[in-house]
Amino acid sequence: MAAPSSSSDPCARSYPGAQAPARRRTVDSGGLAIAVYEWGDASAPPLLLAHGGFDFARTYDVFAPLLAAGGWRVVSWDQRGHGDSEHAALYSWEGDVRDALAVLDSTTREAVPFIGHSKGGSVLTQLADACPHRVTRLVNIDGLPSRTRHPDVAEHERSRLLAKELAGWLDHRRRVKDARRKPGTLEELARRRGRMNPRLPYEWLRYLAGAGAQRDADGWRWKLDPSMRFGGFGPWRPEWTLLRLPGLAVPLLGFLASVSEPMGWDTTEEILRPHLPPDAEIVRPPETGHFLHIERPHEIADRVLRFLA
Amino acid sequence: MKTVTLRHGKIDLTLHALRDATTGHPLLLLHGRGQRAAATVPDAVATWPGPIWALDFTGHGASTVPKGGGYSVEILMADADHALAHLGAATLLGRGLGAYVALLLAGARPKEVRGAILCDGPGLSGGGPRPVTPTVALPPDTVLGRAPDPFALLELARDVRPPDYATSFVRQATQLSELERPISVCSAERPDWLLAVIEEPGVAVTSLAEALAHYADVARDGQATRQREPRV
Repeated sequence: MAAPSSSSDPCARSYPGAQAPARRRTVDSGGLAIAVYEWGDASAPPLLLAHGGFDFARTYDVFAPLLAAGGWRVVSWDQRGHGDSEHAALYSWEGDVRDALAVLDSTTREAVPFIGHSKGGSVLTQLADACPHRVTRLVNIDGLPSRTRHPDVAEHERSRLLAKELAGWLDHRRRVKDARRKPGTLEELARRRGRMNPRLPYEWLRYLAGAGAQRDADGWRWKLDPSMRFGGFGPWRPEWTLLRLPGLAVPLLGFLASVSEPMGWDTTEEILRPHLPPDAEIVRPPETGHFLHIERPHEIADRVLRFLA
Repeated sequence: MKTVTLRHGKIDLTLHALRDATTGHPLLLLHGRGQRAAATVPDAVATWPGPIWALDFTGHGASTVPKGGGYSVEILMADADHALAHLGAATLLGRGLGAYVALLLAGARPKEVRGAILCDGPGLSGGGPRPVTPTVALPPDTVLGRAPDPFALLELARDVRPPDYATSFVRQATQLSELERPISVCSAERPDWLLAVIEEPGVAVTSLAEALAHYADVARDGQATRQREPRV
């Protein structure tokens, strides 16, 4: 069933345990083309698997086949602007949640397990809250909310900090029509990604580059929409996300990183505990960063499969 | 009527010159939710002594209607900032949703916004001060692709507007603007965010005619701005 990376493609690499998706299709979400991928038997019960921000579905090339081997039809997708999905004019949390529902609707009208990493975990937590009739169990891999505290600065200083952030963002928006990703060799792309993923092996990042980059005349570029960038601002508060947890109507399994790193959320069990549903299970493997399912794919997949059984 | 196309990311914004005067300080009109730029100079602003421009926000009027929604008031603020980049320093007059956008931009570009006038109009309340029960809102796709974008109508009625988020922009405008009174509120409707804004220093509650006269004077006098503190 699995379609391993083609050995005839000189750019693709193999990686131990990695399998390309078995099937690929496109879903329309309000006019946007969303790339959907599936691993496992097409007649097996489906589950929904969401990637994190600045990632893409094929970052699950090791983790998803393990879930598929456990008897599941694993359905994932590239979020708008990521991977092979269409680059949108606008990006928002609500847009991402709507795209997730479009993928789910294209798969089944029944309730299924949701699994998401990082931002994908948070998007699916919101979808679970908005559509409790569509979810059976929720697995959140280091995407449970934290409560970031701003340094206690004087009001006047705070305004200047905000001013700098706002002006910086508006300046970015003024330039964004000309934004392009920096080209390079696949090796350079892998090394650059390593700066944000310092705990992941180079060979893995090089494998990802083969799946997540496109070749232009002047070199390879990550497919990610260059208009997207880290940070930003808005009225949303992390505690509002925390307040969505106690009412979750389905069993929750949450994984937390134990090592802080650039893409991590630094969520602690102490912050979460008062907001968790009574039967929630929280797992925090030792010496593990934000990408738990890449650092410990078998251990995390086994734990998830037991939870879904 | 002269129009200018401004490229914001993948969107072509349409900026309309309602009065293309070569002298004087520009007034920029920001429409409400689901509206579009006025076709002619509205009577209420006819006394303005300089050029008058009106912007179609993303998904509205003659601006691009994008696929798949994803609207936020912050991205509309960046729309208005593109108009500011084209016009230079300007006074903003916003109606409804456009009033909230004008407030945000007054805080984000305190030197370039020479006064923001907040008026009644569609979309003044937004989604209220805090999140409500989450839902996944889907517009009927028979109307997709036409302005006003049904995604805009949905999503810009749901954006959360906490009072202390709004006042952080007022404080920034007050602290960093050269104007003594960077914000003027002329609306009868007062959602929670606007009630909080009114309580802040640097905000006047006044009539539209007075606000226009005030910012027209400020534009003429330049330096005199810090001394003036009219009470209405």
